[in-house]
Amino acid sequence: MNQQTFLAALRDIVGSQWLLADAESVAPYECDALFHLQQRPLAVVLPANEQEVAALVQLCAREEVAIVPRGAGTSLSGGATPVASGIVMALNRLKRISIDANARQALAQPGVRNIVVSQRAAGDGLFFAPDPSSQVASTIGGNVAENAGGVHCVKYGLTVHNLVAARMVTGQGQVLTLGEGSLDQPGLDLLALVCGSEGLLGLVTDTRLRLLPVPRAVRVLLGFFPSIGAACDAVSRIIAEGIVPAGLEIMDQASLQAAHRFSPTLGLRIEAAAALLCELDGEAEEIDDATARIRAIFQSLAVMEVRQADDEAQRAQLWAARKNVLPALLRSASDLYVADCTVPRRALSRVLARVLSLSDEYGIAVAQSFHAGDGNLHPVLFYDSAVPGEEERALQLADAILQAVLAEGGTVSGEHGIGSEKLHGMCWQFSPEELDLFASLRKVFDPHGLFNPGKAIPTLHRCAEFGGMHVMRDAIPFPGLPRF
Amino acid sequence: MRVEFDQWMNASTAAADVKRVIESCVHCGICTSVCPTYELLDHELDSPRGRIYLIRDMLQGAAVSARTRDHLDRCLTCRACESACPSGVEYGQLIDIGRQEVERRVPRSLPERIKRTLLRRALQNRPLVRVALHVAWMLRALMPASLQKRIPRRPARTGAWPTRPHTRKVLTLLGCVQGTVAPGYDRALARILDQFGVALVAVKGSGCCGAISQHLGAPQEALQAMRRNIDACWPLVEAGAEAILLSSSGCGSMVEDYAHLLKDDPLYATKAARISALLRDPVELVGSLWSTGSLPLAPLPAGQEKLVFHPPCSLQHGMRLKGRVELLLQRAGYQLAPVSEGHLCCGSAGTYSLLQPALAGQLGSRKLDKLMASQPQAIASANIGCIMHLQKDSPVPVRHWLEILADRLPAGERT
Repeated sequence: MNQQTFLAALRDIVGSQWLLADAESVAPYECDALFHLQQRPLAVVLPANEQEVAALVQLCAREEVAIVPRGAGTSLSGGATPVASGIVMALNRLKRISIDANARQALAQPGVRNIVVSQRAAGDGLFFAPDPSSQVASTIGGNVAENAGGVHCVKYGLTVHNLVAARMVTGQGQVLTLGEGSLDQPGLDLLALVCGSEGLLGLVTDTRLRLLPVPRAVRVLLGFFPSIGAACDAVSRIIAEGIVPAGLEIMDQASLQAAHRFSPTLGLRIEAAAALLCELDGEAEEIDDATARIRAIFQSLAVMEVRQADDEAQRAQLWAARKNVLPALLRSASDLYVADCTVPRRALSRVLARVLSLSDEYGIAVAQSFHAGDGNLHPVLFYDSAVPGEEERALQLADAILQAVLAEGGTVSGEHGIGSEKLHGMCWQFSPEELDLFASLRKVFDPHGLFNPGKAIPTLHRCAEFGGMHVMRDAIPFPGLPRF
Repeated sequence: MRVEFDQWMNASTAAADVKRVIESCVHCGICTSVCPTYELLDHELDSPRGRIYLIRDMLQGAAVSARTRDHLDRCLTCRACESACPSGVEYGQLIDIGRQEVERRVPRSLPERIKRTLLRRALQNRPLVRVALHVAWMLRALMPASLQKRIPRRPARTGAWPTRPHTRKVLTLLGCVQGTVAPGYDRALARILDQFGVALVAVKGSGCCGAISQHLGAPQEALQAMRRNIDACWPLVEAGAEAILLSSSGCGSMVEDYAHLLKDDPLYATKAARISALLRDPVELVGSLWSTGSLPLAPLPAGQEKLVFHPPCSLQHGMRLKGRVELLLQRAGYQLAPVSEGHLCCGSAGTYSLLQPALAGQLGSRKLDKLMASQPQAIASANIGCIMHLQKDSPVPVRHWLEILADRLPAGERT
């Protein structure tokens, strides 16, 4: 089949309106939120339903054409970066949703935006817990692929904990139903395997999501601390006390100052070394009890000030200290790179201190505001790509941070995924045997390697090319790979 | 995102602005979540992020066709994306320039050009609009229902323009169609301000704010309209007029942009900056006057308490005055039910409803569904375009909030 016949066959399946094959129309799909990485695909298709998805996969399997699935294109790791001569399958038109209030579940197709699930469930007093910061835009399909978490995952878990069934098209165009709609899965738990598989195992065409009752009461506490170590200790002590906050976020001084510049009316204590935001939800008595214990912990750690908010508007004010950090940084720096990694909570303050000393060493400023409850760090690195060598130095710093995290028993990705960007990190984190196991597992679902090739699981060959890189700090991993 | 312009663009006076706007975009995609056309069409190229990409490629010298033009045409310029953008991308500026460029690089067919020119000319021709509407109103009864609803209702004559002299003066432009279709808005504003001892002066020699030309691909004509308005206002500004108020937020948002659009005009840049700085939406001035003064409103008649407010995009995204009118209406005793999807455009968007009737119709009926969810007795808004667009199919009256308030003021003497 030549290219024209192949495109015609795609057109037959989706209709001419939903096939984009000219350079002009395809261009805007050539990158996701990791925009430095661009690749023009052969074509973009926007199927309307599962039948069309399956037919497209069967066609591509026959013709050995790669498929890159795409939702809202909000991936920060290049999860939806197209591959040359492959097609992009945008699943945005699959956006049917219904709420089954009695079962406390939602049926949502992959193109439904995350926030829409909670909006639709609100009338029944329910919500969908995973809330990645991209939640207004990112889709359920993408959330499953990346196993999305969010600020509340410390209490309510990741997508894997809130997904009870899914339908998926495999690499041979077969439609599978995974999960029985209950939390326990009979047989091997393939549903859990699919969460976080970054589109490598199949294309999810429908999901059944667990919904939770909206908590009766919510309280936010914001404590300002004289040292970042004290804020980290507060996190450990809160968890050790058996309190389960709905959110635990730390902002360092650089972040507080940025948020303050963005909205001075918040009156943030910018002389503080760190702030810890703690959200509690549930029954009022439970919250009062936890509040008293948390305030005692804060006091014992020489807290400078504690602010408390119960009503929605006041809570939003306190949350703004966290949520305004990135918008503020985006406006102030010429370029920035948001790193993503996870460390065990006990190692938090050691790693944060290490990041600061690395920042000095590389001459690249860093701000840290992050999900402390699950140890998910997001050092934000500032650089100016117009200054020769600065971008390279920033990326070297990002890798040095990953190494520091690994040395403490952490992981190379917290929630942004591996995608195209962190393949070298996978080589550091996993042994060749483990990577081989991932690849073999993938083959079971996608024997032709059709879906999202080149992402998430590095080939052993690629790892070998950069083998030993972590002891050779002078070498840049993947020098040909432009990174965010 | 980095951008390297082609030769033509590098020579353009807008190059620096465009470069700054494009480079401030980090392609995160948050804007897609609030874009009305993306919501309806599920198509990256009908989202702000996709359009920025199309514009960037075009300005970098990539070949463009009517495809790019169509996708840019579909943008409502509602600027909801600007409200949502974490990076502060000034999309409104970019789409204007993108449209002017695509117009130049991919000229429209002759019939399309004629249609747009006629539309532009007709809407800005006050005598023509007046005659046409009076003819339409006379013949309305003879028309089929489908056509009847497309004709704006004949305005009711309520209250008179106040004649008491005041030392405090604020200005307004004569505008284009509004003077004929809805002369009541300005009159209502004048009567409310009069209660606070402020005179509203309709500036002789002024006219359309320029939005019609600006958004129909005639930027030079728009600049002419702006200069004419500035010239007309200038003596009154020099004489101490304290603000410029436009009762329709679409026009106000345009005047707010004069400073930016005329910044490279050596003769007008300073004056334009002054005019834009004087621009206030009525809600700002009425809100501040009412916070210290009092408004002698008659008691709220039974059966008129339940209102919903439709915030025009020009008010909430353009001028960033979200939630302000609602507070004043609540103060006046109305119960305002919350409305979902409040950030979404109603589809009116200036001449959009005439040029993209299918999308405008879908957005209009979706908006009415949300507005009617609480079964209000009337819908309030703040812009002539939205009001006329929603009125076509609304089961309850759609009115300007200024008129709703002014109706409850003591009647002035007839002029």
